[in-house]
Amino acid sequence: MLNIIIYITLGFMFTGIFFSTLRFILGPTAADRTVALDTLTTIAMALLVLLSFVYNRFIYIDVALVYGVLGFIGVLVIARYLEGAL
Amino acid sequence: MNDILDIFGMILLLIGGIFLFLGGLGIFRMPDTYNRLQAGTKATTLGGMSVILSVGILEPGWFIKTLVLVIFIALANPISSHALAHANYKRGNKPYLKGGPEYDQYRKVFEPEVKETKDNTTEKVKEEETA
Repeated sequence: MLNIIIYITLGFMFTGIFFSTLRFILGPTAADRTVALDTLTTIAMALLVLLSFVYNRFIYIDVALVYGVLGFIGVLVIARYLEGAL
Repeated sequence: MNDILDIFGMILLLIGGIFLFLGGLGIFRMPDTYNRLQAGTKATTLGGMSVILSVGILEPGWFIKTLVLVIFIALANPISSHALAHANYKRGNKPYLKGGPEYDQYRKVFEPEVKETKDNTTEKVKEEETA
């Protein structure tokens, strides 16, 4: 039962990653690409935590935390640059 | 007790997966940058928090660390969304409004004299109507 639900959730997540990547490639302006990058960061954090549960490795949660912090700082810096203040 | 927690975690996992998928779909299909921002940030916040909390419920030894991650997502995602919307507005990318540009309430933050011009235009329209 748990295996089937994990497979369904992974399918949903990869479909979301596919659409976000499509917007990241197609996006007309730089702000659209940054929004897609923000979405990709959050989906990848959830994916890393779910993979740490599947593989039973505790260390992947730390990897997800560091990845989230770095993605957050990156999005803030890109937004600051788009404003023209950097 | 353990079975109830497992079923709760599975339901939370499925809800999180559906909301992550909806965030990706919304960011692909929405027509405007602000609509994409709204769809891609709020749905993804709920989906990510739900998936991470479900892992913490299914494996009770990891609950504290997943709680730290959930609190980090709840704090960081609205901040980045707000910074992106502010930067996008300041860059000159105006949102599409059905009633015209005078319905743009956020413009008063950057141009404080907009309110007076808006009143002048409405007064002019009234004068024309009376004449």
